Amino acid sequence: MQQDRTLPAEESSPATLPPIPGVDPASIHHPTGTIDESIRLALYRMQVRMRLFEKRAYDLFLQGLVKGTSHLSLGMEAIAAGFGVAMNADDWTFATYRGHAHTLARGSDMAATLGELLGRANGLLKGKGGSMHLTDAARGMLGSYAIVGAHLPIALGAAWSSQYRESGQVAVCFFGDGATNIGAFHEALNLAAVWKAPVVYVCENNQYMEYTPIAAVTAVERPAAGRAQAYGLAPIVIDGNDVEAVYLTALEVLGRARRGEGPSLVEALTYRHGGHSRADPGTYRPQPELETWLQRDPIPAQRALLLGDGVDAATLDAIDAEAAAEVESATEAARAAPPPGRDELLADMWADGGARWRN
Amino acid sequence: VAELTYRDAVTRAIAQEMARDDTVVFIGEDVAAAGGVFKATPGLLETFGSRRVVDTPISEQAIIGAVMGAAMTGLRPIAEIMFSDFFGVCWDMIANQIAKARYMTAGQVALPLVIRTGNGAGLRFGAQHSQSVENWAMAIPGVKVVAPSTAEDVIGLFAAAVRDPDPVLFFEHKALYPVKYEVPDGEIVDALGTAKVLRRGGDATILALAAMVPRALAAADALESTGIEATVVDVRSLVPLDTQTILGEAAATGRVFTVEENPRLLGWGAEVVSIIAEECFWDLDGPIVRITTPHIPLPAADALEDLAIPSAELIAETIQKALR
Repeated sequence: MQQDRTLPAEESSPATLPPIPGVDPASIHHPTGTIDESIRLALYRMQVRMRLFEKRAYDLFLQGLVKGTSHLSLGMEAIAAGFGVAMNADDWTFATYRGHAHTLARGSDMAATLGELLGRANGLLKGKGGSMHLTDAARGMLGSYAIVGAHLPIALGAAWSSQYRESGQVAVCFFGDGATNIGAFHEALNLAAVWKAPVVYVCENNQYMEYTPIAAVTAVERPAAGRAQAYGLAPIVIDGNDVEAVYLTALEVLGRARRGEGPSLVEALTYRHGGHSRADPGTYRPQPELETWLQRDPIPAQRALLLGDGVDAATLDAIDAEAAAEVESATEAARAAPPPGRDELLADMWADGGARWRN
Repeated sequence: VAELTYRDAVTRAIAQEMARDDTVVFIGEDVAAAGGVFKATPGLLETFGSRRVVDTPISEQAIIGAVMGAAMTGLRPIAEIMFSDFFGVCWDMIANQIAKARYMTAGQVALPLVIRTGNGAGLRFGAQHSQSVENWAMAIPGVKVVAPSTAEDVIGLFAAAVRDPDPVLFFEHKALYPVKYEVPDGEIVDALGTAKVLRRGGDATILALAAMVPRALAAADALESTGIEATVVDVRSLVPLDTQTILGEAAATGRVFTVEENPRLLGWGAEVVSIIAEECFWDLDGPIVRITTPHIPLPAADALEDLAIPSAELIAETIQKALR
């Protein structure tokens, strides 16, 4: 786990991301368009909040305060931020067990999100879901799913509901490269295409299926985009560490979905700074590969870009400081919160608020 | 009052609920244009249109995932899983996703959905198309489980299931589809979690479910000539379970028999019997007896399948022996 890499040495970062190792640059989709400065700063702010939040979550784990497991998306923030900023407030997010960033992306309260990791009563799920199941339905965060691939059909169902009710909402479903080899992926993609459902599937290809290189267990080079054609979809591969490219791509595919043009499948290339989960130091990854990707850290890269375009360092520093203060206060609130009460144990299995199975 | 088959009752039940509420939609394999492989859903496509009655590919995970996502976002969907054996390819969606969503999210997510399925033996389809798997479902916290034995109950319990705010697994018995029943006209709405006492006798209480109910009734009729008067309870709903009725009827005769189509180990009766043993042991006059399918995969040949599934004769014989 590379926990010391919070907001590294931005001034020395190049203003454009180095090429993605081992990938033909011509195969990468480069969306065009300009982004308002306020939105560029929103993208930056969101990434920084995600980074500092997860770094804190890791520290609290080391202190024994975060129990169980959790899966960090350090290094992958650009995808969650790019889509999060592009989505409408009433669109829906379906995420994986690596879902902290996607939850924050929908505007969920940081203290409640952290409280959930700590198993506290103030948690988003009152401590009953934990890190792998973060959900904030009121903000369109319709869940983090811990069985790989399961949420692809569920997101399709939400899209079907939007289509049926003609509500214009889009379901955005994030999943890892590992999910592309499970049956639910293929069932969902096929039916989404048949129904022309307003759903966007986003593969966060961080190159590793848990501990195994995805290339070692996948028949095609691009685990998601390489399957797109089978479902009549365009293969879209993007640089998942380029937050502005992610944002512009998100606008494109969300627009397609909203116009009734059907689903999209986006493969965003990225990399975890750490291991698969808390139990995993990630030592199976070659050091040069890791180093290359650390040079492609999305946050300093965007910072360099913004500075190059004339944004004041002070503006960005203020965003960093605000995020750090938010994390501090969230930590205090979560640590001060009590554990869930005994009455939570048998609450909310049924709509009547209880769990009775007999009379 | 109309004469209606159990399969016609399924059509009427779905139509009743779709006509009432346009958030009710229905998907499954061959359910629309073909009217269902058991012909339990003909005409629904014509009546309600292709937006609401939808044919799917053979993709059970997509079907169940889709109804989950639709239920989370404002619809009241119905899914058909053609044979309950096929739950095997979508248990993740049912057991890990649907059943847990509300509890895990501290009540943030509502899942008003119904999964209906053809369950049970009698059609000589062999081990992968004949199982009774309502006991699998019963073991999962977070889903309601219903198995009607008559056409009227199909309509009433189905309506209750669709209107229920929680996910309901609705087990229709394949062998009952062609059976005719008298059914009242007009809207029928029943209540989940209610067992029904179909006849009363002072010597024995028979608890049965789905296709075992008519067999239990036939056995009770046959026992009459030997001087044994039996109560027959149609359990109807495994979750919620009507323990009040079950315990009351068990205590009333002191001799309890379950008739289960599940294989022996952990059939639904195992749980029911354990509740009776714990809570009305001192009202019992003898051992509780479970009459079940042997603990085997079901054979296809009619001669063997008939041997495997509890018959009225086996039920009567078992009770007679126990009371001797």
